[in-house]
Amino acid sequence: MGFDKFGRKSFTAITKTAKFVDLLGEGKIEGTVCTKCGAKYFPPRSDCSACLSKEMEWFAMPTKGTLETFTTAYYAPFGFEADPPYTMGVVDFNDGLKLFARLSKAIPIADIAVGMNVSIQPLKYDDGQISFEIIKA
Amino acid sequence: MAKDVAVIGVGQSNFVRGYEGSIRELAFEAFREAMQDAGITQKDVGASIFCSAPEYDKQRSPAGVLAEYLGLIPQPTFYIETVCSSSSSGVKVGYSMIKAGLHDVVVVLGFQKMSEITSSESQERMGRGADIQWEAPFGTMMPAYYALYAQAYMAKNGLTHEDMMNVRLKSATYGQVNERAVYRKGIKAADFDPNNKDAKMAGPVAWPIRVGDACANADGSSCIILANAEKAKAFAKKPVWIMGIGGASEAVNMAARPDFAKGLSVGYGAAAEAYKMAGITANDVKVAEVHDCFTIAELMAYEGLGFAKMGEGKELIRAKETYKEGKIPVNVDGGLLSKGHPIGATGGSQMRTIVLQLRDEAGPMQVPGNPDIGLVHNVGGVGLYGSVTIFGR
Repeated sequence: MGFDKFGRKSFTAITKTAKFVDLLGEGKIEGTVCTKCGAKYFPPRSDCSACLSKEMEWFAMPTKGTLETFTTAYYAPFGFEADPPYTMGVVDFNDGLKLFARLSKAIPIADIAVGMNVSIQPLKYDDGQISFEIIKA
Repeated sequence: MAKDVAVIGVGQSNFVRGYEGSIRELAFEAFREAMQDAGITQKDVGASIFCSAPEYDKQRSPAGVLAEYLGLIPQPTFYIETVCSSSSSGVKVGYSMIKAGLHDVVVVLGFQKMSEITSSESQERMGRGADIQWEAPFGTMMPAYYALYAQAYMAKNGLTHEDMMNVRLKSATYGQVNERAVYRKGIKAADFDPNNKDAKMAGPVAWPIRVGDACANADGSSCIILANAEKAKAFAKKPVWIMGIGGASEAVNMAARPDFAKGLSVGYGAAAEAYKMAGITANDVKVAEVHDCFTIAELMAYEGLGFAKMGEGKELIRAKETYKEGKIPVNVDGGLLSKGHPIGATGGSQMRTIVLQLRDEAGPMQVPGNPDIGLVHNVGGVGLYGSVTIFGR
């Protein structure tokens, strides 16, 4: 799959990290780790800014984290008008890795709180787009 | 204080919705005022720098087009961009060119005509000023990004919606007396009351950011004319000197950001560098312009600049210390919130305000006590680029 399948609407067609979308299709949410210096990245990168290596491997992201912060959008940018309200947030996995994504619509907005335990899962939209989302732990 | 590079002329268009003219004509408004302020002609100008955020108007490579319209050819000209802090970056480059001895006088002109596209298109463009590969696919936009910081501040630092509202009430106080501001109306607490059906500021945009927490999009231009010491003494009755310049950058993706409750790292980084260069501390600053694209952004700026301790910015607005009569007056021209935020013009407009303050020419916005040191804090993107510039008489 191409990277144009990523997210509600992708703005990037070609990237060396397009395998991320294939992995999502297989039910996996993965970042990249540098095989030279061990630096871990999420979102994934195909090049290491720490040691300038281009030799990266995929690794499975942790699944248990806490919600560091979030926001609920009641207004959307051009191209996303059908979606509000939707909530986006940052998960801290407490091991140096964080992740930004939307929260699952299955979580009532009133239940969302900073510090809550959360997990992540891949997500397929009806139009074939593929993404990942934050869910209740 | 080193007196190497001075501001010898400042200009700004009215900040408006739907400017009745093209970007050339918009740029001319600020340029004309700054040239008249400096009392120079185009022959005195060695180079020009144009600053805006791309994709609002259709003109590609605007520098050449605008330089011609302003009568600044055949001198060298080019374009500088760091989204919302573009014109601060332009001034930094202009300062460097003069310091290096390349030119005696440099014109820095910031402009933005935002009204050529709709508000939702504007949100999309601003969202694409962040991480288009990994974040824009979720439907991000500027208010949502700043809301992530506001939410963390509310959860961890005891920030309240009332604190955020009070920042806006302050801005509106001064927007009313600034003839150049796009939002001239007063705002009262009832306008933020969710139980009041006529409350125009209460509606959620990206919770916890409400309509009233967001700055006003505007069309506008600003112009700063810089000169070396020799020309400054020859041309300017009241030169205002650049004492310090600081800059910083931060990871674009929210997943790579440090603790959200600690604010924008670029504010701290740019301030530290600028204070060091100027040889002053936060206590020496008598008047400041900070990047209040959202109310939370002003509160974070108080902390990054050292006007308040980390997490305690709210105390300053609670005590009204950032009003004109307070300990450290901030955004007494209405700020981005009420004066307006024509992206590429914003930094230059902030600098104009500070220069007028130091020249004791700020009219109804003048801070009492003849301020001698002023500061401009200008942020590009969601704390992606930070710029702090310190001015002295």
